Amino acid sequence: MEKFAALVDGLVYTRSRNGKLELIADYLRTTHDPDRGWALAALTDCLSFSAVKASTIRNLMFERVDPVLWSLSRDFVGDTAETASLLWPDPLGDVMAPPTVGQAVDLLDRMTRANVMSELPRLLDRLDADGRYALLKLATGAMRVGVSARLAKTAFALAFTVNVEEVEEYWHALTPPYEALFAWAAAGAPPPDTEAMPLFRPFMLAHPLDDAVLNLTDYVAEWKWDGIRVQLAHAGGETRLYSRSGDDVTGTFPEMTGALTIPAVLDGELLVRGSHQRGEQGGAASFNALQQRLGRKTVSKAMLRDFPAFVRLYDVLILEGEDVRALPWRERRQRLEALMPRLPAERFDISAVVEAEHFEQLAEIRAGTRDESIEGLMLKRRDSPYIAGRRTGLWYKWKRDPLLIDCVLMYAQRGSGKRSSFYSDFTFGCWDGDPDLGAELLPVGKAYFGFTDEELKQLDRYVRNHTAARFGPVRETDKSLVFEVAFDSIHASKRHKSGVAMRFPRISRIRWDKPAHEADRMETVRTLIRD
Amino acid sequence: MIADFAWIRPEPHGIHVVPADCWIDPSQPVAHALVTHGHADHARGGHGRTVATPATLAIMELRYQTREGAVPAHYGETIQLAGGVDATFLPAGHVLGSAQILLEYAGERIIVTGDYKRRPDPTCPPFEVTPCDVLITEATFGLPLFCHPPIEDEIGKLTERLALHPERCVLVGAYALGKAQRVIAELRRAGHHDVIYLHGAMERMCRLYEDFGIPLGELRLVGESKKDALRGKIVVSPPSALNDRWSRRLPDPITAMASGWMRVRQRARQKNVELPLVISDHADWGELTRTIEEVNPSETWITHGREEALLRWCQLHQRRARALALIGYEDEDD
Repeated sequence: MEKFAALVDGLVYTRSRNGKLELIADYLRTTHDPDRGWALAALTDCLSFSAVKASTIRNLMFERVDPVLWSLSRDFVGDTAETASLLWPDPLGDVMAPPTVGQAVDLLDRMTRANVMSELPRLLDRLDADGRYALLKLATGAMRVGVSARLAKTAFALAFTVNVEEVEEYWHALTPPYEALFAWAAAGAPPPDTEAMPLFRPFMLAHPLDDAVLNLTDYVAEWKWDGIRVQLAHAGGETRLYSRSGDDVTGTFPEMTGALTIPAVLDGELLVRGSHQRGEQGGAASFNALQQRLGRKTVSKAMLRDFPAFVRLYDVLILEGEDVRALPWRERRQRLEALMPRLPAERFDISAVVEAEHFEQLAEIRAGTRDESIEGLMLKRRDSPYIAGRRTGLWYKWKRDPLLIDCVLMYAQRGSGKRSSFYSDFTFGCWDGDPDLGAELLPVGKAYFGFTDEELKQLDRYVRNHTAARFGPVRETDKSLVFEVAFDSIHASKRHKSGVAMRFPRISRIRWDKPAHEADRMETVRTLIRD
Repeated sequence: MIADFAWIRPEPHGIHVVPADCWIDPSQPVAHALVTHGHADHARGGHGRTVATPATLAIMELRYQTREGAVPAHYGETIQLAGGVDATFLPAGHVLGSAQILLEYAGERIIVTGDYKRRPDPTCPPFEVTPCDVLITEATFGLPLFCHPPIEDEIGKLTERLALHPERCVLVGAYALGKAQRVIAELRRAGHHDVIYLHGAMERMCRLYEDFGIPLGELRLVGESKKDALRGKIVVSPPSALNDRWSRRLPDPITAMASGWMRVRQRARQKNVELPLVISDHADWGELTRTIEEVNPSETWITHGREEALLRWCQLHQRRARALALIGYEDEDD
């Protein structure tokens, strides 16, 4: 565990990508199974232990530290695991030697809700502060050491001089501690057989278009739909639905499991059919409707009836045993179009190509679209292969222009991670009437990005100097600062006092110059609702 | 509210000793100031009369180029102020010249600790525990998570890293007054006798320390050295120079920072620090609470820092306490 803790701290303090790669590669080369596999799983957030949650740690600490001192400390540090690792009291008497990563995983795995409050302390007692930090991070499954899954796989490839694409491919066929993966890479054993498994294949992603102008003879335009990007995989008689991060979301959309019976891997947008179908292509409801289906443990019959899911297909990766990812987009598109009649129309359609003579015409089409389930346009090179990740020059996303309103900063809270200790989570509101006649502000949204690091410091200072009241970690400001807030759409919501919920709000500009009473009013905000 | 001890009044810009009409560490120019130590946020210029220890006065002279109105107060010496107030300067163990100020008036004793620490420091005499009725304590590291490790461990991390990378240098960010000299003196104590290189802004303060009898060994300026001469060496600079253009002249520096804030990972990350060294010239939580217990005042007033947590600790331990809202102290500079 000490070696793993040193790796975690090394990653925390190393900024450069190459530095991180070397640290991980060195660890993987010089550490034994299963420790290195568990470490790899921890770094890529692939571990979870049902008995150990952030609330477990908090409860453990409440038995040892005054709750007020705990919350002041937690607020300062901005991270529960780190705060606990620092505040954990030194054990009395002799303690056992620190566990290996494998032993720690094993012990964590055997903990239950009934015994975690007595078992976890024993494990923590065996470690120093850095070890406790690494253990708690591993146990709660959020390392936050600036290592993406992709970076960890690249480090793995570097450690054993193997191809990173192959690592990606086999990765999803295996479970921690990946002994077969190490056996293949480090000891030359045959690779795992991935053919017969409905595996996740890494998505191809797009860069923002920004101000570029593209030639439509090289690029094709498609709508970008406002749903959930998914991958459907059918192999060995089994169908799986994966989210963009590779999470298995099959259980959330059971109607999709029986829909694909052809061995294939397909890329598309999961949408629900709604009651208000104003779409140009038709059939899809807004993201707000889709949200009814998310985050539910059980899917009721009413849900399936009122918000039925379907997938609007973008691409095909594998079809009946043939990996078509290396083919140019136009050839994959032909295969996909040919496949459509074989798929149930109730569950699948194809994302139509947007025809335009030239780029200016495309810009007009984009500006003129009324369909609320459209997030913007995708521009794909007609000859682009399907490549994992975000490759420059192949795919671009061109979102619709955001909506803007001027809001007043109401509350601020400290951020976590690299923003720990800075007031960086902002709640803002609009006037419920004429502020000069005594109207109040109603909170309409929350945002924690959109500003530069320099602006973050200015905002932090502003909040500290304009605090009107404090509620635990939350500061109420004197309501004097105006933000121009950008957002993708706004919906009616019964859960919010203001009656509206914003989608993807961010601070677009800080209006240091604008008096608060000139910020927008709720009546203006309500005109932007499209449901 | 507390009705007693009305002769001393905490105001936003400093602590006002009313009968003597003088101020402790005022953040604005006043006619009559008592200064606990030489850090810029405590020792501002432009006062009519400034009472402080000889070392603090020398530090202020270095910074403001004037000795006008300077009144030296040696440790343990009692000075009679106007209005029947006596002031005694006692060692605080924070930096060279740092003092607690004991104020006595009408049979009541109040101590202003200024910034202090309880750990040994080769550059200044240790904090003296002195009984009093009111202890006005700092609380810079007033959270239970702050526990400064033994300085030997941190110095060890520094020299180990240096030995691992003979082709690079270790650049240590350290506050120019106090921290830098302490780190250098501790390196010498640990047997590191090689030349230590300085950022230009450090030079005069290091000379001043040596004039006050604190040997720092052989020091040279980065500006007068060739890049290759710095390989395998320790370079000390103010924290502000760590990520500055200045550091580009160094051979692939490993960025270290000596500060109590380095205890929290994200603090180190925010400053782009690769090698955090938890070295502080302030009392940690254990020192703060132990000092309150040892001094055992009837009341504790808490200033600049994380007052809320120390206030809570006092409540939990049935001690009368209040938090003072002083402004103008920059607690980030440790």
